[in-house]
Amino acid sequence: METSGNGSDHEVAVEVNNIVKHFGDVKAVDGVSISVKQGEVFGLLGPNGAGKTTLVRIVATLSKPTSGVCLVGGIDTVANPMAVRSLIGLAGQAAAVDDLLTGRENLEIVGRLYQLTTAEARRRADDILERLSLTEAANRQVSTYSGGMRRRIDLGASLVGRPRILLLDEPTTGLDPRTRNELWSFIQELVDNGTTVLLTTQYLEEADELANRLAVIDHGNIIAEGTPDQLKEQLGGDVLMAAPADPDHLSVVAEVLAAVTGETPRIDAKRHSVTVPAADRIAALLEAGQEFQNRGVALRDLSISRPSLDDVFLSITGKSTEDGEDGEDQEVTQ
Amino acid sequence: MTPTATPPNALGSLDPMSGKVNRNGLLRFVFDTATMTRRNLLYLYRRPQVVVFALITPIMFVSLFNFVFGGSMDVGGQNYADFLIPGIMVQTVMFGGSNTAVGLAEDMGRGVIDRFRSLPMSRMAVLTGRTIADGLRGVITNTVIIVVGLVIGFRPSNGILMTGGAFLLVLLFGYATTWFYAWMGLKLKSVEAVQAASFLPTFPLTFAASTFAPVENMPDWLQTFSANQPVTAIVDTARAMMHGGDVAGPLIRSLLWCFGITLIFGFLATREFRKG
Repeated sequence: METSGNGSDHEVAVEVNNIVKHFGDVKAVDGVSISVKQGEVFGLLGPNGAGKTTLVRIVATLSKPTSGVCLVGGIDTVANPMAVRSLIGLAGQAAAVDDLLTGRENLEIVGRLYQLTTAEARRRADDILERLSLTEAANRQVSTYSGGMRRRIDLGASLVGRPRILLLDEPTTGLDPRTRNELWSFIQELVDNGTTVLLTTQYLEEADELANRLAVIDHGNIIAEGTPDQLKEQLGGDVLMAAPADPDHLSVVAEVLAAVTGETPRIDAKRHSVTVPAADRIAALLEAGQEFQNRGVALRDLSISRPSLDDVFLSITGKSTEDGEDGEDQEVTQ
Repeated sequence: MTPTATPPNALGSLDPMSGKVNRNGLLRFVFDTATMTRRNLLYLYRRPQVVVFALITPIMFVSLFNFVFGGSMDVGGQNYADFLIPGIMVQTVMFGGSNTAVGLAEDMGRGVIDRFRSLPMSRMAVLTGRTIADGLRGVITNTVIIVVGLVIGFRPSNGILMTGGAFLLVLLFGYATTWFYAWMGLKLKSVEAVQAASFLPTFPLTFAASTFAPVENMPDWLQTFSANQPVTAIVDTARAMMHGGDVAGPLIRSLLWCFGITLIFGFLATREFRKG
């Protein structure tokens, strides 16, 4: 491993090496190693309590690891936290902004804490407000902002120092789909301009949308790592999905798919659909279609698709991400 | 505006490309403290009800104690308003301290402290900015108490300089106690717990003292405590400075209390803050 003093041309942006973090008897992170390359978006995917936030806090110098080494831009987070802090920007689910201050005041104060001159802090604040479409709300107290606006101003605050490495801890948890999409395209813009992003999420869709590489984390351990496509490969091919017109027919549909493929189908009660791995895709599709017709089950949808990351998570951990208490429920009903 | 490079001076050097000023550790601490003080004063300004309630309580206390007990209280022939005002001032800065504790617990809970901690700023400034802003609030509240006091018959007789000195001493004591409350807020973490707990030390310390009645009239066991605790020391000194009496000895004792409290709880609060 190369160690460089200033780390300015370091190819690896974040190097997490065998990090362990205990809180009393609880092993929140249990020997995690990841390596985030310069300019990429690395996603940490896992349910609540998997250890994602703990890991990000260690990278952000907010928490010291029990053991292991974390280098940001080649700089040790424990030995030289101040130098690390000038490289990173942190934003996340907590929306760490001051409610009683205006959007502009929030950004300006952060700018001043980066030792910017008053004029420069103001200029950067104006620029960020503009890019995040918050100019109109700039002089309003953040307490009057919507959830999406709060998340944007929080993200904005993390950009004031022009960080090379952005740490996003569940940036869109609890947001409605439209706001989420807006935030995604903004994050994508930052990435296009060369910012490295370490992102945690419990949304498979988000990881799929933004991340070049992913690590699936569960109970403080990395249980799978690769590109989204590679992880889907691990499942061994495509899935067959069938959705009955009448939700009451879900179990019948599952029965048919099990019989056709010989695999265990997964019922998604929220989307009223059933998915099953189908190695022999076309044959399975035709056979299932025939069987549904024979039984007189009307379908809303029948298709072959690449497995979703949810399918991946299920196949690796043996449980769905939705088993845990997470934000997914809220989000779907919105 | 055309950016021009400025040579390094006592206040740091400006990098015109980034608009960033390079400051050494101590200067950074001073500037960050100023920024954080401003942030906390803005909070105060946006939540004037906090100041209003911080004012109503002492005004109520001044009025009630003066008119209810004033007539029957024997304070050595002194006018009771004269006796009472220095005490109420000290009590008020201590009550105000609970806002420091609640405010810090609130900040910790909302994750905004995590933002500050992830910035290349002086961490200590998060605490000094808070204690200084809260200390400054004492200027407003104590000014109002003096005005109300003047209305009900408070007449400091030892000259404007000594009275001003007493005012400053109370502020200094207020600043010292904000470190105690900062430590409490960081230690207890939850806003509810802090709200419930912050009055526990405040009540015995301000009542079992020379704040409202002379210590000499208290039972022996209580006198031992009352006569030797900081509130009595500060109140007695402020009283002597406003109305005359032996000042030098008590003032030194009071200043030692102020510095001692600041040092001990400043250390404990900082240690607690770094832990998190």
